[in-house]
Amino acid sequence: MPKEVYLDNSATTAVLPRAVQDMDECFLRSYGNPSSLHQKGIEAERILKHARHIIADSIGADDKSIIFTGSGTEANNLAIQGVAHAYARFGKHLITTSIEHPSVLNTFKALEDEGFSVSYIDADRYGNIDIDDINAAIRDDTVLVSVMYVNNEVGSILPVQDIGQLLKRGDHRIIFHIDAVQAYGKLPLKPLIPFADLMTISAHKIHGPKGIAALYIRDGIRIKPLIYGGGQERDIRSGTENVPGAAGFAAAASVLSSESAGYLSDLKQMLAKGILEAVSNASINGPDVDKGAPHILNISFNGVRGEVLVHALEQEGIYVSTGSACSSRKQKVSHVLKAMGLPTASCESAIRFSLSTLNTQDDIEYTINAVRHIVPSLMRFSRR
Amino acid sequence: MDRKIYMDHAATTYVKPEVLDEMLPYFTDKFGNPSSIYFYGREAKEAIEMAREKVAAAIGAEPSEIYFTSGGTESDNWAIKGAAFAGKKKGNHIITSAIEHHAVLHTCQYLEKLGFEITYLPVDQYGLINPDDVRRTITDKTLLISIMTANNEIGTIEPISEIGKIAREQGVYFHTDAVQAIGSMDIDVKSLNVDMLSLSGHKFYGPKGIGSLYIKKGVKIDQFMHGGAQERNRRASTENVPGIIGLGKAIELATATMPQRREHLTRLRDRLIKGIMDKIPFVRLNGHPTERLPGNANLSFEFIEGESMLLSLDLKGVAASSGSACTSGSLDPSHVLLAIGLPHEIAHGSLRLTLGDDNTEEDVDYVIEILPDIVERLRQMSPLFAEREGELKNV
Repeated sequence: MPKEVYLDNSATTAVLPRAVQDMDECFLRSYGNPSSLHQKGIEAERILKHARHIIADSIGADDKSIIFTGSGTEANNLAIQGVAHAYARFGKHLITTSIEHPSVLNTFKALEDEGFSVSYIDADRYGNIDIDDINAAIRDDTVLVSVMYVNNEVGSILPVQDIGQLLKRGDHRIIFHIDAVQAYGKLPLKPLIPFADLMTISAHKIHGPKGIAALYIRDGIRIKPLIYGGGQERDIRSGTENVPGAAGFAAAASVLSSESAGYLSDLKQMLAKGILEAVSNASINGPDVDKGAPHILNISFNGVRGEVLVHALEQEGIYVSTGSACSSRKQKVSHVLKAMGLPTASCESAIRFSLSTLNTQDDIEYTINAVRHIVPSLMRFSRR
Repeated sequence: MDRKIYMDHAATTYVKPEVLDEMLPYFTDKFGNPSSIYFYGREAKEAIEMAREKVAAAIGAEPSEIYFTSGGTESDNWAIKGAAFAGKKKGNHIITSAIEHHAVLHTCQYLEKLGFEITYLPVDQYGLINPDDVRRTITDKTLLISIMTANNEIGTIEPISEIGKIAREQGVYFHTDAVQAIGSMDIDVKSLNVDMLSLSGHKFYGPKGIGSLYIKKGVKIDQFMHGGAQERNRRASTENVPGIIGLGKAIELATATMPQRREHLTRLRDRLIKGIMDKIPFVRLNGHPTERLPGNANLSFEFIEGESMLLSLDLKGVAASSGSACTSGSLDPSHVLLAIGLPHEIAHGSLRLTLGDDNTEEDVDYVIEILPDIVERLRQMSPLFAEREGELKNV
């Protein structure tokens, strides 16, 4: 079998065999409905409870503050729509940034259509935001601030802890939501819990299954449900609980290690250094290599269309993306790179490498070599 | 003997091994994000399109009319809220029934708070909705009719073909919650005049966490999950690929084996109902005697608490329920049983046994064998029963 190197772990990850095993058990044997009173139901309820505990523990939260959802997108929708609707009588002003994930941005756009007013904080060329801009945007009727911890396209780390502190100091209560989907498992989230009112995490970015995610909701925060029905998840999210999904999520969460950040960061620095040395037209987008999240590296290869390079690397068994997977089927340029003020040419030639702890040094060397011989040939091609 | 009999298939089912086998590669080897443009992404994308075709084929829809969701509850919420918000300019009236699943009822109650008007149609003693009631209730403000295909508690099959016809004539959208019906009865959305239909994987041996909403081409409902452009830009979220594959396989299997399943379940159900009613006095069958789901037996036992019966059965290895799983924890009697006119005390003594492919005649006979003693013992502890016995003796 030819070598395969999967460097698109910010799009999705392979599920750990251990997680699949735990899910298997739920599919075939412990398949009860947790709401049922009989043994099968109680067994399922126990698995769900255990999963909730492990996931809560992984972010330093109380078990009861974890609400399972069907995806990170749903968790972001629930947090933002849920708070906006629950607190609308206190104010209809919301703050976010212009480099959020589409599940956040498009939810805010929908709220604008409903009559809410939204301030979008601009990012600098490193993909970061200035906390003073947040401070300046706060109004008397501001009820919610939603900021991502790690940007999914360029890996910038946003100052969510400072924002949390700022909001705590304010004259009136402003609810703070953090989209931590890309940070989960890479950066410690526990330090954020004192400041975060809501936080989104998702299983399939940490080698758990697709179709399950969680929203942390601080005790006392009111939230209007998105999905009504049987009253599961403390009446906040109805629907028969996805027990196998939760079990798989927990299996993946239970092996998260604080040591992975160092490992990933070493790989990322090796990849960045190798590529910058190998080809002359590469430039890093977003934070400096030693500053951003340990697993995301965004590089523009001037004169080469990103999509062409994705396919050329695929020929070598290397899987990367041009930006977030959610937007890669649309032909438009990344809203994140544009918001960072990159020239269109750089946006169109951008590639995102995203790492996981399953990647090895060997993978990185192989990728650098592939870039070394593919990129110059594509440049010749594009000049003609 | 350590016997384990699962008779709560309406609450959830196990995943069939052949369904799981198809899902497994998509967790580990073929794990790509369908939105990715390279091979792994395209492979996942193709697989979900094949699953979409299977779901479409099972209900007589076009693949482009099938949208994947996280489950039946989300599908119901999306259909109802989506139609309500999209139709706000036309009107504010929704027609549903008193015996819908909570995913429908609680969504309607939420809409009521926002100013929508909801008509909750009554049902007869069998749980049947009268199509004439639907016709009479429609006004020029009516946006949507949402009536379930078959009831989850008492198994009654509603006249959705007639309701669909009325909805079509009057130009009102018709949504049906078919979560319990899929795999147990033939459903063809075109001939039934259904505009939207909810279904859920874990009720027919597929996985939990996946469902689907059929939205007829041209039906306009608001988006409800905002984000990426997945599901033709109508339902954002990274697709739950293994779940979708499992749903596709499960519905294909359920449809292909439906005649055998109907035959098998109907035979077991009738044997179960007859066996219980022959052996135990003061029992009534809830739901329609014939227009009912093949696997559903819902019985009320006078003078006892359904929950005590459940616990006793559970100790004997039989998993059953008193109503829908969602309300198991609550002390209120089932809204469905009250709607068919059962007094509170009788509604409390209800038992739902829902059969599945794995159940056998021996399972049924075992329940028929152990239930009389359980009922007898519980009745001996019941003051109401003592009173009744006294009355009988005095006659």
